[in-house]
Amino acid sequence: MGDAWIAREISLSPRVVFPNKILPYLLVAPQLAITLVFFYWPAGQALYQSMLRQDPFGLKSRFVWFANFRKVLADPAYLNSIKVTVMFSLATAIVAMVVALLLAVMAEKAVRGKGLYRTLLIWPYAVAPAIAGMLWLFLFNPSIGSLAYLLRSLGIAWDPLLNGTHAMILLVSAAAWKQISYNFLFFVAGLQAVPKTLIEAAAMDGAGETKRFWTIIFPLLAPTTFFLLVVNTVYALFDTFGIVHAVTGGGPGKTTETLVYKVYNDGFVNLILGDSAAQSVILMAIVIALTAIQFRYVERKVHYG
Amino acid sequence: MATVDLKDVKKVYPSGVEAVKGVSIAIPDKELCVLVGPSGCGKSTLLRMIAGLETISAGTIAIDGKVVNAIGPTERDIAMVFQNYALYPHMKVYDNMAYGLRNRGTPKDEIDSRVRSTAKVLELSALLDRRPRELSGGQRQRVAMGRAIVRNPKVFLFDEPLSNLDAKLRGQMRIEIKNLQRSLGVTSVYVTHDQLEAMTLADILVVMNAGLVEQTGAPLDVYEKPASTFVASFIGAPPMNLLALTGASPSSVLADGTVIGLVPRQGKAVTLGFRPEDADITFAAEAPAGALALPATVEAVEPVGAESFIHCVAAGSRIVVRVSGRASAKPGDRLRVVARSEKLHWFDQTGKRVD
Ligand SMILES: Nc1ncnc2c1ncn2[C@@H]1O[C@H](COP(=O)(O)OP(=O)(O)O)[C@@H](O)[C@H]1O
Ligand SMILES: [Mg+2]
Repeated sequence: MGDAWIAREISLSPRVVFPNKILPYLLVAPQLAITLVFFYWPAGQALYQSMLRQDPFGLKSRFVWFANFRKVLADPAYLNSIKVTVMFSLATAIVAMVVALLLAVMAEKAVRGKGLYRTLLIWPYAVAPAIAGMLWLFLFNPSIGSLAYLLRSLGIAWDPLLNGTHAMILLVSAAAWKQISYNFLFFVAGLQAVPKTLIEAAAMDGAGETKRFWTIIFPLLAPTTFFLLVVNTVYALFDTFGIVHAVTGGGPGKTTETLVYKVYNDGFVNLILGDSAAQSVILMAIVIALTAIQFRYVERKVHYG
Repeated sequence: MATVDLKDVKKVYPSGVEAVKGVSIAIPDKELCVLVGPSGCGKSTLLRMIAGLETISAGTIAIDGKVVNAIGPTERDIAMVFQNYALYPHMKVYDNMAYGLRNRGTPKDEIDSRVRSTAKVLELSALLDRRPRELSGGQRQRVAMGRAIVRNPKVFLFDEPLSNLDAKLRGQMRIEIKNLQRSLGVTSVYVTHDQLEAMTLADILVVMNAGLVEQTGAPLDVYEKPASTFVASFIGAPPMNLLALTGASPSSVLADGTVIGLVPRQGKAVTLGFRPEDADITFAAEAPAGALALPATVEAVEPVGAESFIHCVAAGSRIVVRVSGRASAKPGDRLRVVARSEKLHWFDQTGKRVD
């Protein structure tokens, strides 16, 4: 009788109530363990490391409080890296979104082969970042790249190995290219969610195609656009290490050294562990801030109607 | 102001569905034409072709004598009230109404005065700063009307504009639409599946069925002389009673052999019809001369106050008789349903009216 009562109770109540006090904790334990071992522990380590300074021979370290942060934030190379990162992230997000929106609008207009068109456009998302980087590197390699050849024949002195601007363009192209598919999917979904009658009403109200796009469709896509802006920025900031590593390695000079790449360079290449740790803590703060923005504004989606 | 002329208009959708199969309607200036018919008969398709939202597969549509087949919706200068209102959700009421004027480059102060005066007529003045989601269904409906009116277009189109409102509001808006249309004098096409709305609004009533026009005419003419069994059973609530006659016999014998009195049968008619209000009941054994007298059994009586509906079964068919005040019959009674012969309608094999 007891079991039947519990079964009925479970089926009636909106949320499942566990009769056992320990079982729920056991069920979430693996997840908690993973988070602890792979996030909180290393994060704590980084925080601790960021306040240590090693002697030049790596034999002793001493606790220096925030000296590493002060040093890093006063370092012109770090400030340059911030500038590079902001440029790179914004350019990547904007290029990836503009191109994706353009493709999505065209895909919506396609009468035939809509499905095929969409499938083909989604594929690049399945390519690993480093491979995407290599692909672009080969295409634009000054000596063997076919597109580099094309650019040169157009009279452009294309040289991403020596010219920082060219390197940045190449990097942005590779990074944006990878993200276009993802944005495309969201924009296609967003466009499909715009009620057809609204567009028809606008047409009858005398708005031409371009006007309809900017006054009706684009404003209604705002929630999607904002969501993608956050996601793309986060992507450009933190998920592009592979691409930077494969395409430019932060060079020429330090013209394409993003914050994440600098953490790697200073920590693993130059072995300045304290600085590198301080930089990762700063990055962690940025991620937390962006995530907060995303939760606050994006999760609570803008609803019309 | 404008006339609207449809000549043999057809619509075949790319999927192969033939939604409109050759429709011709001439709507004079300033008149309100109502397209009525069951769901799926092609009303919206026809309306959308007038609007320019669907291409015209065959035939011509002319507005003010000018064929508009090749003109897009943007240039036709027609306003439409959609069933779901299609208000721009991100714009305030004011901007919803001003949108069409802005697109046509109307000066700012003229836009302002027109929007405000239209809002006043529709009692929307207090709502101009709200967004559509902050409005009730009835208010949204008014904004949709306002958006159409403010532009002062050549033609108004309405696609079931009242179907999302409750019954009371629907009745109010129906009268309001009629008054507005008349005072503005704008040629209008109104689509509905509600025959009451159709009857009360129309200057010209067009009854459609399966992509074709069954009958066109003034509402009361259509009511009094339905051109087919379809129209007879679609217009009027409750609908006309229809009884099948035998094909062979020249006298008025129902299909099941019931002799229905001394009414001479018309031509090749195979169906006999009469309106509920044209019939009465009698308990007398003798049928009156020159009238239909149908033996029937009462199934149910519905008193609605001013009148009563008596539902009977006669010769295997259900029929309804409408009597004023209280009914003298009760369920189970056996009686005769009588109707004067000039009130009878006759229809042939194909359902067409025989006179
Ligand atoms: N875009 C479309 N593509 C294909 N068939 C359609 C389309 N729109 C409507 N139809 C079909 O055309 C017929 C008429 O539809 P419609 O004009 O909407 O009818 P109504 O408005 O009278 O209910 C229906 O059979 C419907 O399924
Ligand atoms: Mg319809």
